[in-house]
Amino acid sequence: MRKFTQLDGLVAPLDRANVDTDAIIPKQFLKSIKRSGFGPNLFDEWRYLDHGEPGMDHAKRTPNPNFVLNQPRYEGAAILLTRDNFGCGSSREHAPWALEDFGLRALIGVSFADIFFNNCFKNGLLPIRLSKPEVDELFAQTLQQPGYRLRIDLKAQTVTRPDGKVLRFEVEAFRKHCLLDGLDEIGLTLRHADKIREFEARRRFEQPWLFA
Amino acid sequence: MLRTLYDKLWESHVVHQEEDGTALLYIDRHLVHEVTSPQAFEGLKLAGRKLWRADSVVATADHNTPTQGWERGIEGIEDKVSRLQIETLSTNIQAFGALSYFPFRDPRQGIVHVIGPEQGATLPGMTVVCGDSHTSTHGAFACLAHGIGTSEVEHVMATQCLLQKKSKSMRVLVNGQLGKAVTAKDIALALIGQIGTAGGTGYAIEFAGSAIRGLSMEGRMTLCNMAIEAGARAGMVAVDEVTIEYLKGRPFAPREDQWDRAVAYWRTLGSDAGAQFDATVELDASRLQPQVTWGTSPEMVVDIAGAVPAPEDFSDPVKREGVARALQYMGLTPRTPLTQIKIDKVFIGSCTNSRIEDLRAAAGIARGRHVAANVKLALVVPGSGLVKRQAEAEGLDKIFTDAGFEWRQPGCSMCLAMNADRLAPGERCASTSNRNFEGRQGNGGRTHLLSPQMAAAAAIAGHFADVRELLS
Ligand code: SF4
Repeated sequence: MRKFTQLDGLVAPLDRANVDTDAIIPKQFLKSIKRSGFGPNLFDEWRYLDHGEPGMDHAKRTPNPNFVLNQPRYEGAAILLTRDNFGCGSSREHAPWALEDFGLRALIGVSFADIFFNNCFKNGLLPIRLSKPEVDELFAQTLQQPGYRLRIDLKAQTVTRPDGKVLRFEVEAFRKHCLLDGLDEIGLTLRHADKIREFEARRRFEQPWLFA
Repeated sequence: MLRTLYDKLWESHVVHQEEDGTALLYIDRHLVHEVTSPQAFEGLKLAGRKLWRADSVVATADHNTPTQGWERGIEGIEDKVSRLQIETLSTNIQAFGALSYFPFRDPRQGIVHVIGPEQGATLPGMTVVCGDSHTSTHGAFACLAHGIGTSEVEHVMATQCLLQKKSKSMRVLVNGQLGKAVTAKDIALALIGQIGTAGGTGYAIEFAGSAIRGLSMEGRMTLCNMAIEAGARAGMVAVDEVTIEYLKGRPFAPREDQWDRAVAYWRTLGSDAGAQFDATVELDASRLQPQVTWGTSPEMVVDIAGAVPAPEDFSDPVKREGVARALQYMGLTPRTPLTQIKIDKVFIGSCTNSRIEDLRAAAGIARGRHVAANVKLALVVPGSGLVKRQAEAEGLDKIFTDAGFEWRQPGCSMCLAMNADRLAPGERCASTSNRNFEGRQGNGGRTHLLSPQMAAAAAIAGHFADVRELLS
């Protein structure tokens, strides 16, 4: 897994609540059997005026000039600012894959949907929950100040604004540890292989019908 | 200590626990489909890993499969990218193994959440996962069941475990008698309307109360299926006679010599009287009306007698903006009564409402009537090959086709439009599925969620209609 320690990144504001994973990466792109290459289709239906299908040459498509990520001032953004319940809907991990492939490394919002939140951590993408007033202020500042950047420090669990104000965020200790060190979770879990086998043997004895 | 059903399911699966409470949870059943598994199998291959327990895997192809043209075999899948994904699943299952695999065109193939319970592969007390958010469906059997991402699919394949932190518990108490033609779908939509699509975030929901006890297993599945639309990680219902009756004789249910032992255990799978929940939400079943969504989120829902709201009805600016955007996308004017909204297409299917009782209910409305002239397409898509066979044995297919509906092969179909079934831009659909997000049923398509009965009534009327008026 890709590490996440610190980030100093340009912020792009996506001022919507309930952004679902169908919107983040529409279903036609889920037919791929690969894990990469989803970036050009991130927010496909909002980002382009024409309809996208896998295999199209994206350079030849018509971008929607009104969509925030198409505005030159947000080019190269590494942090996406959003509202409530970002990533709701389908469990598709293609959503964090697309965000990451596009170049985003962190998301800041009021709340995130559960499965999406989990999926982010598996891909070195850090979802940060802040309070509604904090997020409101970040939106206001981002809109007012072109080139608005934030500094994120996972170890310290802080987001620092250009005006020096420091916002603290919560992250579960185990997740933080995995992300800071870019650990392979499967490898970590397999260190407990004996315990898993023991548990399994007991289960097989107590509920043999589960092992038909 | 008094324990909730969720506590019991959780505690009986913890293999190991980290200091911060993150647990390694043992997984009993892993359902696999073609869309979210290829990258996981690829990961295993690259790392030289095997399946920890191949006999925990039940696999099928459902999202990409077409609902017609089956006689042409794999060639019937015209989209080459889809075909490759479906073939990749077959190759992977061949290489890695599984308890059961129901490939494209198998008579038992179907939507993964329909076939699990149908085969008895979902049993009380299990942990069930699948790379699909609607895995919450299986909680109807007092399972701890939730959707996972592809990295987690790979993690479960390699270790038989999932890293999880325990959620908070919410009890949704639904008491009272449901009115005529008011269904589990209406309970689900009304609940989401009340608590919002993020209302259940961070919670595992247990549905309880007399109205839930009164539901069939299929109704309970519909309800748990939609728990994820309320943001909850899982939905659950305690075991009772209805559960046990349903499981008897299913292919993967315990054999005779183990049946009694299993049932005795299953009967312990309910919350202890007086157990504490972190939150409780109550609904009065007797006051529920048939529901129809008007917007682009399942929480944008009203009674059939209601009207489309206006942005100014909402005080929160983000919400107001969301409503305005939804109205624009849906092509609706504030204050329009639901019964005046005309539809172009009807979809009866999906893992929410494609089981035999759903089809019977819809056929009951369609019998002897005809789809309205303005409805371009009314699709009925059974959830599995076995549901289809059963429906045909009862003559439901004939009722539907006589009424002008199309009768298709099983699969996810127009629920998400990854296959050939989809809405064209601007088309309005009465759909028994679970998501009305922008573009969900096809780019620019407009989805209204409702129950199978209500979908059939809309097909007949050509606009949304109160199904109860067709009953008397
Ligand atoms: S029917 Fe729809 S919601 Fe259910 S598994 Fe298929 S695509 Fe997902």
